[in-house]
Amino acid sequence: MLDMTPGKVIERKGATINPCKTCEPVGAMYCALGIHKCMPHSHGSQGCCSYHRTVLGRHFKEPAIATSSSFTEGASVFGGRSNLNTSVKNIFDIYDPDIIAVHTTCLSETIGDDVQSYLMDLKIPDGKTVIYASTPSYEGSHIQGFANMMCAIINQLAQPEAIANYRVAIFPGWVEPGDCRELKRLATLLGVNPMLLPDHDNTMDTPMTGRYEYYGNGGTRLPEIRQIGGSRALLALGHITSAEAASLMMKKFELPTQLLPLPVGIAFTDQYVMALKAASDADVPTELENERGRMVDLLLDSSPYTNGKKVAIYGDPDIVYAMTSLCLEMGMIPKYVITGTPKKEFETLTLDLLGKYGLLDECVVKADTDLFYLHQLIKNESVDLLLGNSYGKYIAKAEDIPIVRMGFPVLDRYAGPLQPVVGYRGGIRMVERILEALMARQDRDSSDEDFECVM
Amino acid sequence: MSTQRERLLDKYSARVYKNRKEHITQMELGDTPDTINANTRTVPGIMTARGCCYAGCKGVVVGPLKDVCVITHGPIGCAYYSWGTRRNRAKAGDDGKNFVPYCVCTDMRPTDIVFGGEKKLTLAIEECVQIFDPKCIMICSTCPIGLIGDDVQAIARIAEQQYGITVIAYSCEGYKGVSQSSGHHIANNGLMRYIIGTGDKKPETKFSVNILGEYNIGSDAWEEERILKRCGIEVVNVFTGDGSYENMKSAHLAELNLVMCHRSINYIAEMMHTKYGIDWIKVNFIGVAATCESLRMIGKYFGDPKLIERIEEVIADELETIRDDMEHYRLKLKGKTAGIFSGGSRSHHYQKLLEDFGVETVIAGYEFAHRDDYEGRDIISEIKPDADSKNIEEITVEPDPVLFRQRYSPEEIEALRRQGVEIDSYDGMMHEMKKGHIVVDDYNYFETDEFIKKVRPDIFLSGLKDKYSVLKDGCASRQIHSYDYSGPYAGFTGAVNFGRDMTMALYSAAWQFVKAPWEMTPNLAGSLGGEA
Repeated sequence: MLDMTPGKVIERKGATINPCKTCEPVGAMYCALGIHKCMPHSHGSQGCCSYHRTVLGRHFKEPAIATSSSFTEGASVFGGRSNLNTSVKNIFDIYDPDIIAVHTTCLSETIGDDVQSYLMDLKIPDGKTVIYASTPSYEGSHIQGFANMMCAIINQLAQPEAIANYRVAIFPGWVEPGDCRELKRLATLLGVNPMLLPDHDNTMDTPMTGRYEYYGNGGTRLPEIRQIGGSRALLALGHITSAEAASLMMKKFELPTQLLPLPVGIAFTDQYVMALKAASDADVPTELENERGRMVDLLLDSSPYTNGKKVAIYGDPDIVYAMTSLCLEMGMIPKYVITGTPKKEFETLTLDLLGKYGLLDECVVKADTDLFYLHQLIKNESVDLLLGNSYGKYIAKAEDIPIVRMGFPVLDRYAGPLQPVVGYRGGIRMVERILEALMARQDRDSSDEDFECVM
Repeated sequence: MSTQRERLLDKYSARVYKNRKEHITQMELGDTPDTINANTRTVPGIMTARGCCYAGCKGVVVGPLKDVCVITHGPIGCAYYSWGTRRNRAKAGDDGKNFVPYCVCTDMRPTDIVFGGEKKLTLAIEECVQIFDPKCIMICSTCPIGLIGDDVQAIARIAEQQYGITVIAYSCEGYKGVSQSSGHHIANNGLMRYIIGTGDKKPETKFSVNILGEYNIGSDAWEEERILKRCGIEVVNVFTGDGSYENMKSAHLAELNLVMCHRSINYIAEMMHTKYGIDWIKVNFIGVAATCESLRMIGKYFGDPKLIERIEEVIADELETIRDDMEHYRLKLKGKTAGIFSGGSRSHHYQKLLEDFGVETVIAGYEFAHRDDYEGRDIISEIKPDADSKNIEEITVEPDPVLFRQRYSPEEIEALRRQGVEIDSYDGMMHEMKKGHIVVDDYNYFETDEFIKKVRPDIFLSGLKDKYSVLKDGCASRQIHSYDYSGPYAGFTGAVNFGRDMTMALYSAAWQFVKAPWEMTPNLAGSLGGEA
């Protein structure tokens, strides 16, 4: 496996090999799928849309619907106005969504299609809405595409004159449906009426009923989004994914806003809980105190099996940063922490975190890099565990290292999206999975005389 | 009474109706003989299953070549999505090279779009040469490349001279043509122009073949090679599953071409026929009866009594080996109905395999087939080129002065055809479909959902984008592009695997729980009479 990857690292300026990111439009598409009765629309060649729907379908094991402007060579020369007009009409006629969320592609961006003005000239049926986000694939990564669609939603849907509604708006960032449910549960436990944007609960994990509908019951409702400015506070999760949307909200509505890391592990979940507590002024219920206590208990009980273990964490910046925090809490050494997303801020944040644990000199932190580089690092100094998406499995096999899957995309395992990694419950789940991987490896590698029945 | 086709079409607006009615036919129920429109532009916004030109070129045809370093030139996405997602299996050859698990991309950024990506591509080639030392590099362009005017062809020529290796550039930008099909054509042109005919490694035996349009999904090619080898037939190169640049160079020295996927590779089959005189046979190794028939056609083609005898021995032995299993699954599957929506050939191939189990295919559709894939090659002259198809280069080849060798005279070819050898021709899918069966070209999500709800086949074979909605409709579903990570489905062993997987899909234990017990029990506790 990956036999042609040499240990010797040469600086590359032309080739990205085995990427650790994908392009902006899929992020916009995923974000839009968290809006109730929303059809994401890809303005470009139809291949983009097919690829994005496929990767989402493979990750969630769910239908991922989206339409395309189906550019031909002609449209690429003369512009995609007529393709967009025809698309919007057909989408409302055939699929009847409440809202169409258009995003661009490298094709429509390169030819300079002015989607904004196309939409202004468009006849949109009563009660229906079309929004648009610019997502040129050659910028940022899928994470930036998600962020751009967030900003588009706020800019184009949130009403400037919203009525105060005492709800707390929560931007969950790029998380799973199971995480959305857990974030809402924690908020409710603390007396907060949460409004998640987007909310993938019951959109990308719809129950089996025997009858398929295009749109699940989940997703943030349009009236809720319109009134988001009236929320009493905003918690934006994920320093990279949610920062732009959060600062836009502050600018537009002057909401009390907190930008927090994804609540993974004890410390980051504590931050989320404290923020909710501040918003509602409620006491932390015993139920939640107990959950936290159990997770701390688990960390202490199991630390002999995690302490000093080296882990390579890779994937999207916010989840990798948050998982790094969890691994540090478990006493592990995050030897390599990388993302493909070109955001320097990821490095600053992560180095800061490592500094707190006195591990600055031992670890490599890098944004805007790829899995080929990670593999080369591992070839030079190996790790005990890989933590990241499915594409790391090639390295895991090549170097015989156990892997725990998390992040996006996980194409080769089931049930992940249904369950949380956030909160104390999600933390307990992650600790269990990491322990299982490390301890199974210890069992596998131990000689008969060293084989332990009790661990 | 209106047909299912008419009821579906009536739900469309006038303009969409006008377009789609040409692409859906219900066999022998229309006013005119069965024809279908195909390979035309998709209706924007309709949620087609189609991909793009790049997907056809890189994803389908050139990606599987194991000893070729394919560089996707463009932003990161297209490379990412075509990485490890198609199950075109490959095992490194003697040189130890296998690029299939790798993904190489120029990952263009805004400055590259503004100032051009040629510099970055040149660097990427240099780095790949330094790291991987490949004999062949292929460059696949994505949408922005053609728009910003990067001269990928010139870069390829320069790199060839500089490194003394083969470098082939494909201008397969996603917007070209109307589907993956244009990408197949562009890839075919490149392989024909730059690789086939450059080698001189002669086949070791006299019954040598290439398998064309076989991508080794789930190891299909390996099952086919196993059977052919048993019969004493040598496989020179597979286009392109587990195929290699090295073997492809000498593919023109084979005696016969076997075509599996007609859509994606008929161009090479035809061009090799013209240039080298190599005949091609449309084979189908999907299905037990179909595999036997294909093997017998090969036997008849070579006309060697010993070979024919050996083929019969192998068939008898293989059938004996799988007989019990086939019978077991046939009992489970007989009488069921199926729908198949695939790319450009499997909807035909799999009807034969389903037939082996007594399953009738009542709906069949293609994403990107042309009219000849539905109606047979005889109608090719009727197809009028349009603005989109004209943009795809047609290369013409001449008989090679040295290497052209006609295997059989036209009279002998005619005689072989009369014996049932499907030689240099293909009759298409529709001639095997029965009255009332539905055929859909460039099927979309709405149509798939409607047909599932209204026709209710027992099982639906389609792609990932349809799989989960079909399941949620309570219909068993298998992916026919990727085989749901199973396989092989080809040949004799494959037929059994397929029967097993179909049975599993239809009889999954979890189906019994779709309705909760409280939904099926009348609620007797309710009040009677009164306001209700």
